[in-house]
Amino acid sequence: MTVASLLDVEVDYDRGRALGPLTLSIGAGEIVALVGPSGCGKSTALRLLAGLEDPTRGEARRAAGRGETAVVFQAPTLAPWRSARANVALPLELAGVAPDEARTRADAALARVGLAGAEAARPAQLSGGMAMRVSLARALVTAPRLLLLDEPFAALDEITRRRLADDVLALWDASRPAIAFVTHNVEEAVYMASRVVVLSRGPGRIAAEFAVDGPLPRPDGFRAAEGFRATAEAVSAALAKGIDA
Amino acid sequence: MSRLAPLLLVAGLLAAWEIACRALQVPGYFLPTPSAVAMALAENLPTLAAAAGRTLWTAVLALAIASVVAVGLAVVTALSPLLDKAIRPLASVVQVTPVVAIAPLLLIWAGLDHPGRALVTLAVLVAFFPIFSGAVAGLRSADPDLERLFRLYGASRWQTVRRLRLPASVPFLLEGHKVGAGLALIGAVVAEFAAGSGKVQGLAWQMLDAGNKLQTDRMIAALVVLGVMGVALHAALEALERAGLRWWRGR
Repeated sequence: MTVASLLDVEVDYDRGRALGPLTLSIGAGEIVALVGPSGCGKSTALRLLAGLEDPTRGEARRAAGRGETAVVFQAPTLAPWRSARANVALPLELAGVAPDEARTRADAALARVGLAGAEAARPAQLSGGMAMRVSLARALVTAPRLLLLDEPFAALDEITRRRLADDVLALWDASRPAIAFVTHNVEEAVYMASRVVVLSRGPGRIAAEFAVDGPLPRPDGFRAAEGFRATAEAVSAALAKGIDA
Repeated sequence: MSRLAPLLLVAGLLAAWEIACRALQVPGYFLPTPSAVAMALAENLPTLAAAAGRTLWTAVLALAIASVVAVGLAVVTALSPLLDKAIRPLASVVQVTPVVAIAPLLLIWAGLDHPGRALVTLAVLVAFFPIFSGAVAGLRSADPDLERLFRLYGASRWQTVRRLRLPASVPFLLEGHKVGAGLALIGAVVAEFAAGSGKVQGLAWQMLDAGNKLQTDRMIAALVVLGVMGVALHAALEALERAGLRWWRGR
């Protein structure tokens, strides 16, 4: 079953075409990575999937309704005047969930991302990795069917990045939402995704697609496995070709 | 030492003033000595303090009214693009019109019996603009990705204003109110001068009255009180702004 799809979409900005033509569909429970050079329109593709932007031509379809789609941006994007709990409760608040229930669900979501005890902290008191976890908890609190991540770990150090990648996969395993995420990082794409879509230099089109074998969440030592290395090499080669093309 | 420097400079200037006035035998109605000003200040302190209180009350009342009107209008402009287009040029007109030019008109409207209302209105007009423009800028200052998030979750325009744009504008509101409060005080004094009426005996009236009686030392004493009040108000508002920002950021 398809959760969201883009059919022959093109997006034009004032400066010219930013994306497309592009056709892409995200199946239920699938994890799709979008990789591509800077300015190829991968973030635009994500916004189309979220319904935050409309394509100039073509069609964006979403089976997931309002409140069933969640986005995590590159920055944590938290409201500085709200506590971690109140930030996570925000989507529930906007949906009209009773304050008591919103609070309970927000605390549960924070516990799931490993932030039990930090409920009352303000964003300014959290490290970059912790703030990103709050952002993740806010995305998960509505139990979305489609989760969109726009270079969510780009600003973090390598160790925090890897840890969060495993955490995202564990969280995915608990409720199996469809995930589409954008990244620059080929290894991250191959590690986290069941399918990697390589976009060409802007305006982005699909340059290549790769299925990634292996269990999700990833077992220990997956990065050292032969299949992982080979796929990562192939994705890198396709990416380089897409940039030169 | 560096903290004492301005005090030492003031003391030096006052001493030079005192000595020069005595040596050149300058008449007191033209330029009184600092000691004469100090005497006048001590003698008239209750009257001057009461007058200062009245001026301050005018300014505070004006600030409160300006705050409600300015923030209210800014929220309206945030809710409706059409009203935004309509209101903003008018707000600029209010800003560029000198308050002394409007004063006589307002005094006519308020009538001889209620010059106090005219004074407050004039101070409101002066304090309005920095608060309004601060609020307008603040309401646009929210993180665009947070705006997208609100859109994603189907927030109404009012929900976005109440839960995102207004709280995001707090630093701008604090700054706008700080500037607005200083201007409200200036506006109150200017309005008192323009009114020139004995009905509201604020600090400006004290100065006018002293000037009419050639009591130059009392005039300067009133000026000193005004200066002290301005500095105290500014310091209080700075402290309030810092505390407000600390609360807003949570550290």
